[in-house]
Amino acid sequence: MAVTGFLTDSTLCIGCKACEVACKEWNDVPDDGFVWSGLSYDNTLALGHSTYRHVKFVEREPKAGCGGNANEQLTWEFSSDVCKHCENAGCLEACPTGSIVRTEFGGVFVQPDICNGCGYCVVSCPFGVVDRRPDDGRAFKCTFCYDRQKAGETPACAKACPTGSILFGRLDDLEAAADRRLAQLHASGMTDATIWNPKETSVGGTHAFFLVRGDPRNYNLPPKPEVPTTLLKQSWSAAAVAAGAMVGISLMVFALDRRGAK
Amino acid sequence: MKQNIPESRLDEIRNQAALGKLDAKGVRPPGSPFPETPSYYGLPIVKPPVWTWEIPLYFFAGGAAGASSVIALTAQMTGASPSLVRDARWIAAIGAAASGPLLILDLGRPERFLNMLRVFKPQSPMSVGAWTLTVFGTASAGAVIAELLRMKRIGDAAAFAAALSGLVMATYTGVLIGATAIPVWSKHARTLPIHFGASALASATALLTLRGHDEPALNALGLAAAAFETYTGVEIESCDDIESEPLRHGPTGLTTRIGGFFSGPLPLALRLLGIRSKRARRAASASALLGSLITRIAWIEAGKASAADPRPLLK
Repeated sequence: MAVTGFLTDSTLCIGCKACEVACKEWNDVPDDGFVWSGLSYDNTLALGHSTYRHVKFVEREPKAGCGGNANEQLTWEFSSDVCKHCENAGCLEACPTGSIVRTEFGGVFVQPDICNGCGYCVVSCPFGVVDRRPDDGRAFKCTFCYDRQKAGETPACAKACPTGSILFGRLDDLEAAADRRLAQLHASGMTDATIWNPKETSVGGTHAFFLVRGDPRNYNLPPKPEVPTTLLKQSWSAAAVAAGAMVGISLMVFALDRRGAK
Repeated sequence: MKQNIPESRLDEIRNQAALGKLDAKGVRPPGSPFPETPSYYGLPIVKPPVWTWEIPLYFFAGGAAGASSVIALTAQMTGASPSLVRDARWIAAIGAAASGPLLILDLGRPERFLNMLRVFKPQSPMSVGAWTLTVFGTASAGAVIAELLRMKRIGDAAAFAAALSGLVMATYTGVLIGATAIPVWSKHARTLPIHFGASALASATALLTLRGHDEPALNALGLAAAAFETYTGVEIESCDDIESEPLRHGPTGLTTRIGGFFSGPLPLALRLLGIRSKRARRAASASALLGSLITRIAWIEAGKASAADPRPLLK
């Protein structure tokens, strides 16, 4: 099976949230709370246990000459966030039950019949995607529409997207398409367009990657995400030192005790 | 969202706006006094731990039990009093018996605990921990049951297995939270296993002292643990990186300091006094136990506070 991916192109997103609706309906995702956030048109706020697609509304000061905006006007970018389906996935490594697996399409999938809700994936995701559903007790996140992909269908969000902002396809095709699109945008004067795909970090790239304008940090896309497994070596070494010291000191004090008694 | 803000907040906003730097969430229109720090409205990036009260209590009980099994074995090997060895084995067994239910209760689906044992994943500290607890629980219970049945050989073998797995029990929880995406935890991935190990040793020693054992070796162990915890406290206080902010500021900072005080300086001083006074040794033990528990709570709460702050991840 070919490895599939999502390319989310924020320069084409109109912020309609059709992806959020399509995902909710197809995957039967429960209510994630209804709040007026006051943060632009974003009342979804974050990905979570009951939110697998999240449209961000980034308002920022324009750079003169970018996309023809006058200096008095805000730029208003939209970008549909989703589980990154990391090449080296923190949640997958952390899962103690083997509930989280990599599918034949290269996506990261939580098997709901295995998950026992230990919550360790929640603190192991560098992007804050997976979370435990309080009333259900299990962890949930984007399934990459595993059911639809098995049937040869496009994921619900990509199919519902009216502007082609969410592209689904073979990962290598999408990476080439992103490069072409970036060159096109730069040629047309949108010089602040950039691709976010953390290939140089321990995450090793993501299967869902993003074309955004300006600093990706304004979209809460961390510049240097790290998969927590990189910390294992130093942390277990420290544990070994602690264990050795505990045995050593304990043996020493009891041996001295013995000698003192004699 | 309607929030209850004190009247003084309005003065604060006015003063900050006058200085041209308003520290608040919201949109940043051109020319506005909002600082241009790149982030998405200051919203969190990583998710806070979903763990509730069971987990710090489990860290505490499992740690004390693990260290106690180590004391049982080393005391036995050096020919210490049999009653000390027996009590240490019992503390290990009781602590392990408490640890299992605590870990299971915290699961979102407790009835599926056994799914922990369908795979072994060395790259997952949670998997290593679940297996370790299983081995440790069996071995430490085996050690005391065999002793009751007067099967010395089996009891000693079980006690040996309990001490080996007990070493992991006392330290792995530091790896468990250290090797995560939570900034305050991952920043201290190297410190946490040693810190938690020392805390575990202090509480095992304290339990044995409170049980009435009064060997100089126990006081020395308590002294060593308290000295190390004092050092850890100083180390935490001297961290001025933004990752470590929850350990020094706000309610979580206060909890960390209280836990640190009861784990480090107070028992250290009392143990030094305790070279002559039994009452001081017992007081030091009570303080160390309390300190160990508060320290575990503080670290979990600091993790929750840390997850709410996107700044370390957007550097």
